[in-house]
Amino acid sequence: MIASLSGLTTEFVVTKINYGAVLPMLIVFGAAMTGVLVEAFAPRATRYAAQVGVALVGLVAALAAVGLGVGHQGSTLAGAVVVDGPALFLQGTILALSVLSVLAMAERYDGVGVDAFTAQGGSVPGSVQEAAAVRAGVTTTEVFPLTMFAVGGMLLFPAAGDLLTMFVALEVLSLPLYILSGLASRRRLLSQEASLKYFLLGAFSSTFFLFGSALLYGYSGSMDLGVIAHAIGTQSGMDGLLVPGVLLVLVGLLFKTGAVPFHSWIPDVYQGAPTPVTGFMAACTKVAAFGAILRFVYVGVADSRWDWAPELWAVAIATMVLGAVLAVTQTDIKRLLAYSSIAHAGFVLTGLLAFDKVGVSAVLFYVVAYGFATIAAFAIVSMVRDGGSEATHLTQWAGLGKNHPVVAGTFAFLLLAFGGIPLTSGFTAKFAVFSAAVGHGATVLAVVGVLSSAIAAFVYVRIIVLMYFSEPVGDSVRVISPSVFTTLAVSIGVLVTLVLGVAPAPLLDLAARSALFLR
Amino acid sequence: MSDFPWLTTIGLIPAAGALVVAFLPASLADKARHIALGFSVVALFQFSERHPWIEQFGVSYAVGVDGIALVLIVMAAVLVPVCVLAAWRDVPEVGKRQQAYFALMLVLETFMIGVFSATDVFLFYVFFEAMLIPVYFLIGSYGGPRRQYAAVKFLLYSLLGGLVMLVAVIALYQHGPGGADGFLIEKLTALQLDQTAGRLMFAGFFFAFAVKAPMWPVHTWLPDAATEARPATAVLLVGVLDKVGTYGMIRFCLQMFPEASKWAAPAIIVLAVTSVLYGGLLAIGQTDIMRLIAYTSVSHFGFIVLGIFAMTSVGTAGSALYMVNHGFTTAALFLVAAMLVRRRGSKRIPDFGGWQRVTPVLAGVFLISGLSALALPGLNSFVSEFLVLVGTFQRYRIAAVLATGGIILAALYILLTYQKMMTGPKPEAAAGTADLSHREKWVVAPLIAAFIVLGLFPKPALDVINPAVARTLYYVGVTDPAPTDPGTAEGAVK
Repeated sequence: MIASLSGLTTEFVVTKINYGAVLPMLIVFGAAMTGVLVEAFAPRATRYAAQVGVALVGLVAALAAVGLGVGHQGSTLAGAVVVDGPALFLQGTILALSVLSVLAMAERYDGVGVDAFTAQGGSVPGSVQEAAAVRAGVTTTEVFPLTMFAVGGMLLFPAAGDLLTMFVALEVLSLPLYILSGLASRRRLLSQEASLKYFLLGAFSSTFFLFGSALLYGYSGSMDLGVIAHAIGTQSGMDGLLVPGVLLVLVGLLFKTGAVPFHSWIPDVYQGAPTPVTGFMAACTKVAAFGAILRFVYVGVADSRWDWAPELWAVAIATMVLGAVLAVTQTDIKRLLAYSSIAHAGFVLTGLLAFDKVGVSAVLFYVVAYGFATIAAFAIVSMVRDGGSEATHLTQWAGLGKNHPVVAGTFAFLLLAFGGIPLTSGFTAKFAVFSAAVGHGATVLAVVGVLSSAIAAFVYVRIIVLMYFSEPVGDSVRVISPSVFTTLAVSIGVLVTLVLGVAPAPLLDLAARSALFLR
Repeated sequence: MSDFPWLTTIGLIPAAGALVVAFLPASLADKARHIALGFSVVALFQFSERHPWIEQFGVSYAVGVDGIALVLIVMAAVLVPVCVLAAWRDVPEVGKRQQAYFALMLVLETFMIGVFSATDVFLFYVFFEAMLIPVYFLIGSYGGPRRQYAAVKFLLYSLLGGLVMLVAVIALYQHGPGGADGFLIEKLTALQLDQTAGRLMFAGFFFAFAVKAPMWPVHTWLPDAATEARPATAVLLVGVLDKVGTYGMIRFCLQMFPEASKWAAPAIIVLAVTSVLYGGLLAIGQTDIMRLIAYTSVSHFGFIVLGIFAMTSVGTAGSALYMVNHGFTTAALFLVAAMLVRRRGSKRIPDFGGWQRVTPVLAGVFLISGLSALALPGLNSFVSEFLVLVGTFQRYRIAAVLATGGIILAALYILLTYQKMMTGPKPEAAAGTADLSHREKWVVAPLIAAFIVLGLFPKPALDVINPAVARTLYYVGVTDPAPTDPGTAEGAVK
């Protein structure tokens, strides 16, 4: 299975490529390159339509390719890419979520200045150039190729068979996100600050990942996860390299999921980034990052878990509790959802720490449930406006249920899903991770989990109270009517949230069948 | 006929009604209440059915009723139409808001029937939690001035209890036989549980049910919720919803954790007696009539829990009957008090006085409801309260004696309130107030009929309840203590 082990080979061997297995990634990267060409050569008037078309076609084609990839499972590219059940499940999830994200990003609201993205990312905020760009009706279309590159990295991330490929995937998915975060049309300085913060902290965490990889290389003599796993069984006396190596790699990966104590960027970046990008990051990045953690932990270093699982327990508990508690004090809806996403990362970790196939399938189900609800929620946030710009302060949401019952009702439903109320996907997902935890010796985590859920529920309930039981403050806040793109994104998100609450069996079945890693 | 999913159909009738009412075309919007009333009148049959739902979790959609569940479902099915009728003018303006109000009530009815008929622990939990949402909106959107506070407090208490129970639900499945239908109650009874695990799981379930019931010291959400909610909502909340707590104690705590139940019984008896006396004392001190009724319920729930954990056939059967009786009695108290409050425009007891001279029929109805609450012989509550006390006396004599004090307190809070509100000189402010309208008579008539029927002929209801109680106690593995004084126990069995 592993083509070449460590050590120097004198002869150059041409690596075999299983194109069926890597086809989704090739399609997405191809679409991204096409997007760059469109950006360079297409006339401005046709660029938007062309970019949206290329991105959507690329993503849907890749999704179909994932379906075909079921027959092409295996390790390819000399073990650098492993396409197995979890990888395919996660790639399919990322692609489906990306379709919704691109739909949300494609929303332009047919008006000047209400676009979520700045007219011209390169111009200084408040400058003459910016004003001119706005007057000219320019819209930012480079977001689509950037998103496609990020999606490509995300597809590779959970399928990486060695730490080096994983690192490359991490960088490929991160760099476009740093740029995307800085493109908000509203409060541009805040957006650019978010971008810079994300970049610096992201770079910092990447070095942790690299240092950890180096230590593991020193320990096992290879970057390959399979070889590392093999070394753990046979190697003794080098734990001084192993445990720090594992923990440092985990720091790099946990940073992307926003687990405490590596969460400090999440609220700032989620608040500053353009709202559709926030939804994309919150959903897709998390899916990819949890996929990578699953692979690193379950394929690579699970046998040494007694040495580092306690630290991961502490991280999970801190993530659930702090995420939920800090969400209580937030006054900005995007920051609030950011802290809620931190708490959810903790719930996912609870399932991961079961160290069992059940835990893997619970995590797989959870990220699907959370991803769809999240993209829909952020898409709704971007629709609620006060005088053209997004109304993200909670007080502005007061009485929304009276004036806009459908939008408020949809949002309330999504909040109930986040809160884990039965008959929504959130409950099924929570039940899956908690029962995995209880079944495999992590009952304490489940107890902390339900208590954090109760705290988090208060947060969601508070927003419902605001929307339904409070009187509107003034009448400047209104919901602008979305085009077919956002409508579609929200409808699909809500529908999935409902279906996974009422009839989750098919997806649970798929997750259970996909939960086996190829070692 | 036996293959037809009767129970599901019955459960879904209100849900279908809710959809119809909520999405009624504008031309028919003024008929929303009539349609809601029509859908809320449902018939009942005893059947059970089972389909796989989420096999990966071991969850089935399994419903069925035994005696205890049956009487509770009948009670719910009687109370919902009464409440719809009582709530006729709660949201006077025809339109979406009114439609939503009645639709929520019907959704709630579906969930209530579901929760009492679920024979799968997971399904029970789903209904248990889902029920909160319509109540939350009923209180929060349509309640009184402090409705936001009351609604959030209600939801958070219940959610916390439910989430603690969730861990116990998961753990119970892990200790059970597992498999694709491992959540069925029948598969989870009579398990050989590890002592510590059994007690911890029992505690998880009991906490949720104690919050819901509500028992002292986790009762504090009830007075706020019941006062701020519309009277019809308060009836459904206290009369039906809270019964899920005591129902759960019989169905889950006793049946699935017999060892832990016996172990915890003395402590729970203490809590129950405290609830009886504490609720009664606080009721006497209230000046708000709605709050007073809420506290009487705390006291009555104390009696119900007392009978359940006495674990004698008489006491537990008495508790099951008490649940039904309390539903009707509290409904009458809340609704009649609401009629008074609407006429006077105040909830404060001192604002009344001499009203039996203005509205004699209303005063009479209020008195009958009150007498039912204080367990006057001949009315419904007497039978159940007597059975509970006798059953308790067989095992816990001191507790039974102390709880009898609750009856004296009941006489005080009911009769003193009647005296303050109804007797005295004819009030000037109330001159010309109308007595009961036709609609209001239709609201109270079924309730008073229930008082009398259940007071004079409790045997049919007890015949339905007794086999279920006997089966539960068989699982617990207790037999009634031999009566030391034959005169006490013999007469009460039937």
